[in-house]
Amino acid sequence: MKKDIILAGVGGQGILTIATIIGDAAAVAGLSLKQAEVHGMSQRGGDVQSNLRLSTEEIHSDLIRQGTADLIISMEPMEALRYQDALAKDGWVVTSSHPYKNIPNYPDEKAMMAELCSLPHTAILPIEDVARDAGLPKCANVVLLGMAARYIEILSAEQLRESIGRVFASKGEKVVEMNCRAFDLGLNAVKE
Amino acid sequence: MKRLLLGDEAIALGAIHAGISGVYAYPGTPSTEITEFIQANATDVRSRWCTNEKTAMEAALGMSYAGKRALVCMKHVGMNVAADAFVNSAITGINGGLVVLAADDPSMHSSQNEQDSRFYGKFAMIPILEPSSQQEAYDIMPYAFALSEQMRLPVLMRVVTRLAHSRAGVEIATPMAQNQLNPDNERTHWVLLPGNARRQYASLVEKQAQLLKLAEESPYNKLSATERAPLGVVACGIAYNYVMENDPARLGVPVLKVSQYPLPEAAVKALAAQCDALLIAEDGQPVVEEQIKALLGTDYAVKGRLTGDLPRMGELTPDNVGAALGVVMEQSFTTAENVVPRPPALCQGCGHRDVYDALNRVAKEYADARIFGDIGCYTLGALPPFRAIDSCVDMGASITMAKGAADAGVHPAIAVIGDSTFTHSGMTGLLDAVNDNSRITIVISDNLTTAMTGGQDSAGTNKFEAICLGLGVDPAHVRVVVPLPKNMEEITRIIREEIEYEGVSVIIPRRECIQTLNRKLRKKRAQE
Repeated sequence: MKKDIILAGVGGQGILTIATIIGDAAAVAGLSLKQAEVHGMSQRGGDVQSNLRLSTEEIHSDLIRQGTADLIISMEPMEALRYQDALAKDGWVVTSSHPYKNIPNYPDEKAMMAELCSLPHTAILPIEDVARDAGLPKCANVVLLGMAARYIEILSAEQLRESIGRVFASKGEKVVEMNCRAFDLGLNAVKE
Repeated sequence: MKRLLLGDEAIALGAIHAGISGVYAYPGTPSTEITEFIQANATDVRSRWCTNEKTAMEAALGMSYAGKRALVCMKHVGMNVAADAFVNSAITGINGGLVVLAADDPSMHSSQNEQDSRFYGKFAMIPILEPSSQQEAYDIMPYAFALSEQMRLPVLMRVVTRLAHSRAGVEIATPMAQNQLNPDNERTHWVLLPGNARRQYASLVEKQAQLLKLAEESPYNKLSATERAPLGVVACGIAYNYVMENDPARLGVPVLKVSQYPLPEAAVKALAAQCDALLIAEDGQPVVEEQIKALLGTDYAVKGRLTGDLPRMGELTPDNVGAALGVVMEQSFTTAENVVPRPPALCQGCGHRDVYDALNRVAKEYADARIFGDIGCYTLGALPPFRAIDSCVDMGASITMAKGAADAGVHPAIAVIGDSTFTHSGMTGLLDAVNDNSRITIVISDNLTTAMTGGQDSAGTNKFEAICLGLGVDPAHVRVVVPLPKNMEEITRIIREEIEYEGVSVIIPRRECIQTLNRKLRKKRAQE
């Protein structure tokens, strides 16, 4: 079994934290993992993405082949769309609905959302609002991870929640508890 | 359990476990995290940042001279800066193991060119190692140092962005102890007067046959079980992964993996003898493709970047390598329509923003103003909304290009350079300008850190006025300002005054990088 995931967002939105949590869970579960990140110039408010590959078998390439990504997890709707050509036929897109407009020529929002919603498998949520309403404004990225949890499949929601405990352990119990709460908010928001 | 490590971290841990006593480096994407990992994880390894790649290379050679193992790290263009010391370290030879790590950036994710460091290794006539995975990057480090000490030569290790900045599980081995202090006594090796240099070069030439033999026998080069096939592949470094992703065994394509150079010619010939054509998959420039063309002659079909079977530029991917192997993937979705580029930008609240705002206001008043930029976050001043700079070429070129343009008659000729770039390669250019009394205005935009690469210590912090005065700039024309919107009137007035001065002036806008400042505040808050 394999799961090829593209994590997308704008520099500073916290996609690498999502990658760290999934990566930790995969390592503990004994899965093979490769995760290509973007460092350097693009982190200054530009588009950032990470190719995260999980498998029960050996993984060769650090990059995901076009048309084979199983899941796109994005902190921003246009950034989710940016990688749609990488998506497999049955692939899922899990994204925030909140546009991040730090460029003057951001596309027409309605047309962009319509294109996004025309994809066959999408889960879209205003994660910033959900996180803020729950008093967890800094945990929007973990809300998104919770939303994505049921599509990651190769790892269970429980394995991911345990990983949150380990990844945030150094920041204290309160931070762990807040992130677990954010994770469950996302998880329950996309319940059928 | 395997440890999850970035390629850079795997290299760093491999070097620590190979018993290095020092790492010498200047920050540069994608190599920076190697030194950062050593700084954070090995207190018994000397690891402070160096002023530039040349000082790093020379200090590492000094540690090698003293008998200890040393690692030098840089991005590919840093090799140009270190080249004098690097090439001559192959002539002196080494004492303690010396490994030079060059991180290339095909596709120029964070660079101004995609030069291939393997040319430098070949140029200096030393062994090159090119690991294909994070595990191999870790494993190959002790091997690299042993190879260096066995052949008494520096070893070049070449990686690319996708290996350096990709994470994977790595199996960890037992650490080795550091070497004892044991300075070399062979002055004839180290004093490169022509008489000695000729002997040393002859010895380097003589070692080439042994280097080739070691590459032929290397555990890191391997030829897959082969039978007659229409096409064979030579896969170098990380390209091996992209080839393997396409399942060459299923395609009936034999593969020669190359991770140690000089190019194992016997293995290439053995593969060629069983195939009608060879595809050369290598990330970067067609270094191996050219060599194999020469090796097999014009009648043999050698495919690769030079023939258009692979793209001439840009990094390899599992897709373009797959296409060269005839593997066509089904694409379910097209490129989206409602997507626009999102270029990086200077952070909100960044002092460079106020510097460019001021420069643009003043430059508008002169028809022929030219602003020569340099390498760093502030290169983003080239993009909207500022569009402020006319050039950005290499570390330090802002000052020297402004000088040359002023010599030719350009006025005002303004240089914008960051604090770390100034100490890296700007100081010597400033001395030239002072000695010529060139009519240039130099802006050292000091944010107290090496910001572009993530906020490493900057070599000249708190020393800039003293450096400029020491190099001979008139004290009346070394001006310090605080780049904030509320100071705009003062800053623009000072820029105007210094443009009108008929000599070298230096303006130092100084305000801490907003990123490092926020990081410190967060850390402080967490401690409270």
